Amino acid sequence: MNFEPLVFWISGIFSVVGALGMLISKKAVHSALFVAFTMLNLAVLYAVQSAPFLAVSQVVVYTGAVMMLFLFVLMMVGVDSADSLIEDIKGQRVLAILGGVGLIAFFIFLTGGSIYRTVVGTQNVDATYGGNLQGLAALMFGRYVIIFEATAALLITAVLGAMILTHRERIRPKKTQGQMAKELFSKGDYKGPLPPPGVFARHNSVDTPALLPDGSIAKNSLPDPLVARGDISPVDYDDLAEVQIISEGLGLVSDSETEEDK
Amino acid sequence: MSPEAYLILSAIIFSIGAMGVMLRRNAIVAFMSVELMLNAGNLAFVSASNTWGNLTGQVSAFFVMVIAACEVVIGLAIIVTIFRSRRSASVDEPSLLRW
Amino acid sequence: MNLSLPQAEALVLQSASGLFSLTWILIALPLLGAFLILTFGKQLKKVAPYLAILLSGASFIFGFTLFLQMLSQPETERGFLVPVYTWISSGALNVSFGLQLDQLSMAFVLLITFVGTMIHIYSLGYMEHDENRGRFFGFLNLFVAAMLLLVLADNYLLLYVGWEGVGLASYLLIGFWQKKPSAATAAKKAFVVNRVGDFGLSLAIMTMFLAFGTFTFSAVNAGIQNAQDWVALTIGLLLLLAAAGKSAQFPLQSWLLDAMEGPTPVSALIHAATMVTAGVYLIVRSATIFNASEAARNAVIIVGAISLLAGAIIGAAKEDIKKSLAGSTMSQIGFMVVAAGLGPVGYVFAILHLITHGFFKAVLFLGAGSVMHATNDNVNMRRYGGLSKLMVFTFGTFLIGYLAIIGIPPFAGFYSKEYILEAAFSHSIWVGLITLFGAGLTAFYMTRMVIWTFLTPARWEEGVHPHESPKTMTFPMIVLALGSAVIGFALTYNHIFEHWLEPVTGFEEPQAPISITALTTIALSVVAAGVLLAIYRYRSVDRETPQNVTVLTKAARQDLYGDLANETLLMKPGQVLTRKLVTIDEKAIDGTFTGLAKATWAASRLLRQTSTGYVRSYAAYIVGGILLIMFLLLIARL
Repeated sequence: MNFEPLVFWISGIFSVVGALGMLISKKAVHSALFVAFTMLNLAVLYAVQSAPFLAVSQVVVYTGAVMMLFLFVLMMVGVDSADSLIEDIKGQRVLAILGGVGLIAFFIFLTGGSIYRTVVGTQNVDATYGGNLQGLAALMFGRYVIIFEATAALLITAVLGAMILTHRERIRPKKTQGQMAKELFSKGDYKGPLPPPGVFARHNSVDTPALLPDGSIAKNSLPDPLVARGDISPVDYDDLAEVQIISEGLGLVSDSETEEDK
Repeated sequence: MSPEAYLILSAIIFSIGAMGVMLRRNAIVAFMSVELMLNAGNLAFVSASNTWGNLTGQVSAFFVMVIAACEVVIGLAIIVTIFRSRRSASVDEPSLLRW
Repeated sequence: MNLSLPQAEALVLQSASGLFSLTWILIALPLLGAFLILTFGKQLKKVAPYLAILLSGASFIFGFTLFLQMLSQPETERGFLVPVYTWISSGALNVSFGLQLDQLSMAFVLLITFVGTMIHIYSLGYMEHDENRGRFFGFLNLFVAAMLLLVLADNYLLLYVGWEGVGLASYLLIGFWQKKPSAATAAKKAFVVNRVGDFGLSLAIMTMFLAFGTFTFSAVNAGIQNAQDWVALTIGLLLLLAAAGKSAQFPLQSWLLDAMEGPTPVSALIHAATMVTAGVYLIVRSATIFNASEAARNAVIIVGAISLLAGAIIGAAKEDIKKSLAGSTMSQIGFMVVAAGLGPVGYVFAILHLITHGFFKAVLFLGAGSVMHATNDNVNMRRYGGLSKLMVFTFGTFLIGYLAIIGIPPFAGFYSKEYILEAAFSHSIWVGLITLFGAGLTAFYMTRMVIWTFLTPARWEEGVHPHESPKTMTFPMIVLALGSAVIGFALTYNHIFEHWLEPVTGFEEPQAPISITALTTIALSVVAAGVLLAIYRYRSVDRETPQNVTVLTKAARQDLYGDLANETLLMKPGQVLTRKLVTIDEKAIDGTFTGLAKATWAASRLLRQTSTGYVRSYAAYIVGGILLIMFLLLIARL
């Protein structure tokens, strides 16, 4: 049974749907996903047309690498930068749709009913080389080796180009760590982390102040809005004493220290 | 399946890609549309290769993929550069090349 | 008249040797003066006038030496060719910078250098207070050099150089007081009108080259014998146009009266004695050409006759003494041109009258200058009067000039004019009558001038104290007056001048229908009538110009509407034409190009709209382009 027509219709329709989806979705991320979807379907169509290597390359290169690069750049640029769908160039939308439809019409008019060739398939050629991949390899490293080398050069040029385009020249020399520390503390205000609120493990609500080692209250451990509203819980010293007893009993705190704390 | 069907499918995807270039303002989406057009071309190559029983079409499609990859690298770099200076990825913004 | 006049026997020209080979020094001396003065004017400020007089005088002395040398030659061997160097050598065109010194040139050399030197001396007094007098003398020397080149050239092309040179000197000297707008305009007018004549000369020279392939007088003379009729006629008429331009003959007369804006010595030298007579020289020099075409000769007579009468009428109506004299000059040159147009009968007498006129007209102009000098440069004769006692020398010399011009024996004008009358009557009765009438008119207007200027009671402007001019001015006047008195008799005694010029121009004894004695009596009667009429008419002179005058007087005051005719016939249509052309240029030609530019601009403005700067628009254009190309390919396939 020949599955090809079935696969064609399913994948073909899916790919067109994907393309249309790219065209009309408002968010760039959705567009990207739709394109990826189209490309996967195209890979299926490659596979069904006895081009397994291309099908795999399609998935790996396009859906895997290229589309992920797109998504990566989208994240840099801002995922949520939605395209407004209001056209502001006069007549552009009409022209574009006319052009697109005209193109489709022309292509269909030109190709429709004009090709009567029966499909030969690449099985025979594959067989002479001992497989599709071997056949492609023989061509690429044989007849088209110069073009292949040229594409290699092109790729390297593209990489260099991308580096140069995205490279930002340093205007000032890079600061050392010492310079940065000096800069940070030269203003004289406290730059360290603020003490967290809560008293030991018994309370961790934000309206309870932290205690300094001498038992006094650390004022900057409380959020300013709560202080302003006066919603501060007092420190429960009984509780504290209870904790101390327990910790003494466990030998965690020395007597002398405890006495000094009190 | 007749090669005609593949060609028509390829034409439809190509035209949709062209419309995308013309309609979408986001540079990245426009870029995707270009990729779509290249893929439509690839589809035509592969189906021709299949029809004629000749691997050259597949080799061509492969080269197209390579070149598309290069293009994406450079194109996205350009978009990033433009975005850095203009805080926008719209292709309508840099419309300085005008009368 | 018979069609084929006896041709002058070909002048025997021999190559110059000895002193004659130095003929070029004649030109070089004043040219050197002009060069030095015009180049180092500031350094030579004080010396310049004396240098100019010295060089001009040296030129005269050298010319006189050559003249004596020439006298010692046999009569038929007095023509010399003096090649100086090869000027143009270009394939078929070979022009030598060569001089021809023959009897005709000699006469001119003596006239030019002598009168020129006299007027140089006169200018010393006349231009005494002019701060630019160095430049003035430089121009005078330049003029003398150019005029000598004109009369000494052995070919028409070199003559043309001299011709233009004197035109340039004339232009510069008329406009010498260029701060006066009227002088600047007059200079421009003279230049433009002369240009018309010069155009005729250049065309004549081109025709010569076309017909004979050469320019030398001898070769043209030889060639004209065998040439077709139209060649002689064409060249003759073109030469006549040139002569009319330079000699202020009808219809190119209008510049001469305005040229009186120049300093008076200039009027005397250039616009009376020498340059304006260059036209007569040209006609006589081209005698062979005119001998070959009766039509051309008749045209010359007609032009001369019209100018003769018109000049006299204008001279009789003008109140400006210099303009009146200018009209007289035009009239007298008309006499010469008529004589020259008569053919071999008249050539000699044309030159004779030219020389006597050079003397007496110079005297008259210098006298007028002297009077102006005395009356604060006033030129209006209605503001003169009663100067005879105060300016004895001026009055005396002016009177001699007067008697000479109206033709009272034994003064110079009598002889030359009498011969012209004789020749004219021997040609036809009408030409004779016209010249006779002209002689009567001359007597009338000259008498009027003398009466108005010297004899009637004083009508001076306030603050004018007439006085005799300095010796530097009276001396040349006396010398030239003496010349005017005796030169006519001296040159005609025993037919010296006829014999002198005959080898060059040819000569034919006039055959007047009446006897010489009768003709002389009639002529003197006509002159006497003119004098008496003037005396009767101008018993008293008003200070103001009367307005209820005849149509002819009104016309004559307007130069017989010469300027009006020029303006109506040439200037206005020319202006209209140029305006139309400008309109055509602006509307049609410029319109086409500005229209193209505007269309391009509009089209690009429309096209510019497509360049929106939006990448997506450009993408749409690409798609549209693809569709268009596909559509066209499809059409091509169908």
